[in-house]
Amino acid sequence: MNKFSWYEAKSVEDAVKQVNNTVSEELYLPSGKAAIFKSGGIDVLDLVKEGLIQPKTIVNVRNIPGLNKISFDDNGLRIGANVTLAEIEGNEAVKTRYAALHEAVAHAATPQLRNMSTIAGNLAQRTRCWYFRSSDHPCFRKGGDKCFAKHSETGQNENHAILENDRCVSVYASSVATALLAYQGSVMITNGKMESRQVPLSEFFVAPDQDVSRENILEPNDLITEISVPAPDMNTKSYYSKQVQRASYDWSMADVAIVAQMNGDTCEKITITLGAAAPIPIRAYEAEKIVLNKKINEERATRAAKVAMENAKPLSKNSYKLPLFESIIKQGLLEIA
Amino acid sequence: MKKLASGKSKKSISRRGFIRGAGLTTAGTVVLNSGVLAFEHKESYPKGDLIAEGAVEIKMKVNGLSRTLSVEPRTTLADALRDQLDMTGTKIVCDRGSCSACTVYLDGKPINSCMTMALDVGQQEVTTIEGISSGEKLHPVQEAFIEHDATQCGYCTPGMVMSCVHLLKHNSNPTLDDVKHATRGNLCRCGTYPHVFKATLSAAEKMK
Ligand SMILES: Cc1cc2nc3c(=O)[nH]c(=O)nc-3n(C[C@H](O)[C@H](O)[C@H](O)COP(=O)(O)OP(=O)(O)OC[C@H]3O[C@@H](n4cnc5c(N)ncnc54)[C@H](O)[C@@H]3O)c2cc1C
Ligand code: FES
Ligand code: FES
Repeated sequence: MNKFSWYEAKSVEDAVKQVNNTVSEELYLPSGKAAIFKSGGIDVLDLVKEGLIQPKTIVNVRNIPGLNKISFDDNGLRIGANVTLAEIEGNEAVKTRYAALHEAVAHAATPQLRNMSTIAGNLAQRTRCWYFRSSDHPCFRKGGDKCFAKHSETGQNENHAILENDRCVSVYASSVATALLAYQGSVMITNGKMESRQVPLSEFFVAPDQDVSRENILEPNDLITEISVPAPDMNTKSYYSKQVQRASYDWSMADVAIVAQMNGDTCEKITITLGAAAPIPIRAYEAEKIVLNKKINEERATRAAKVAMENAKPLSKNSYKLPLFESIIKQGLLEIA
Repeated sequence: MKKLASGKSKKSISRRGFIRGAGLTTAGTVVLNSGVLAFEHKESYPKGDLIAEGAVEIKMKVNGLSRTLSVEPRTTLADALRDQLDMTGTKIVCDRGSCSACTVYLDGKPINSCMTMALDVGQQEVTTIEGISSGEKLHPVQEAFIEHDATQCGYCTPGMVMSCVHLLKHNSNPTLDDVKHATRGNLCRCGTYPHVFKATLSAAEKMK
């Protein structure tokens, strides 16, 4: 592990002025003098241990006062950047009002890791694609000229993308993001000039065809300060399911979140989001249309699930994901109906 | 001495701690950003401390004792415990947060010490497997592990015990599913799981 210095940031302004690079930029084009943010430190340390980044300074934002609160009122849920996944899991409002988010958080990582992982770090962590995580594989995302996973014979692509996978076929690591996207959450960001902006999660993730060097819009001095999630209606129903290989804990093979407003059995508003399907968490817009303003029944649920996978282009080893997604989407729709 | 920035969380490394550390340090240097100190009253926002990349002495509360350690910013808690304090009960297996062999508690919560920086501990209390027994007297969970043959090669065992002891502390009447849930992160390549589950349930009975 390379040596680095440590800056213990005391305020948001202090932190944004100390940092000079993102982890993504450092992976793509190492500067050798990066000062990067760290919160829980799990992903940062993982990348440093693997020798994929060699930061000069770690700017610790974990103890900045005021970023560790979680609150709920009529306007919705506000989760400070440093709130841990365990704290979200244990929050009463999350348990009672945001069932899909609760389910997603409770099934992310391990109990130990949930005690350490912060929500901001979770959303900004890099993909777990094993080629990306290996220093022996200079892939697109690290400034290289190929996607190793895509190769039809040698690519170990069982966990990879089946949608929007023309270039890099990695999938987004955060399964919590799938649920937050379904609730139409947004991220509050403060930049180096101390200007704050609120970015909907739908605009936070960056797909490889837009810019393969990054997975989110964060610029070097952008600090996430808070995640906000609108208050669900009394008629809101939600669903989340994550399919994994091992029963104990694992990264997602396929996860689906559904948030819908129901009037009787008619669906008046709906978001269906898919994780581990594409390089970023995505909405299944066409599937939503099948059930919007309709009664959700077996036939429509089946059709919506089919439509969600219509444009799928499975790789050599992951066609199993199609029926998997189809069955979770169908199951989820029938459950909220 | 300058006052500490207000609202300081208890997890942060106190400036006083650093200055004390600086006095003790021989191996490395603590760079107190003197520019920061000088400018602090002019600027409106609280500024932090830079700790240079070499070794620095810190104090850490481990199993009820205050210990002095020499760590670098890159030193993990697992390495600090094993290499600095010779507390080798905490095992390092994957070193990536995926097996939980290195589980210790920070302020009572199980975490992976291989993915926690020593500098992140701050004022939090560390509890390791060595702090689970009382002297030579094993914890009921440890005794049950022996009785139920819940250990093979033993690499995962300290982490398993930490997860199970934590469970019983918060749930005196666990179901099999509760035990499974609590040990979700603990991987055992020897496959001792059924024995671990039985041992924990029997320890729970005995502790009633
Ligand atoms: C074995 C294993 C299994 C896991 N399983 C899952 C899973 O199933 N689902 C899931 O969702 N996650 C999973 N995770 C991810 C984990 O839970 C953490 O959320 C993640 O590793 C990073 O969180 P962190 O707080 O440690 O972030 P850090 O490592 O501190 O930071 C991650 C990134 O975010 C940036 N960053 C941190 N804070 C901010 C901020 N405030 N503003 C801007 N940028 C910031 C950092 O610069 C860095 O690039 C798993 C991790 C491991 C190791
Ligand atoms: S050694 Fe820490 S989790 Fe495996
Ligand atoms: S006893 Fe060998 S790894 Fe669990």
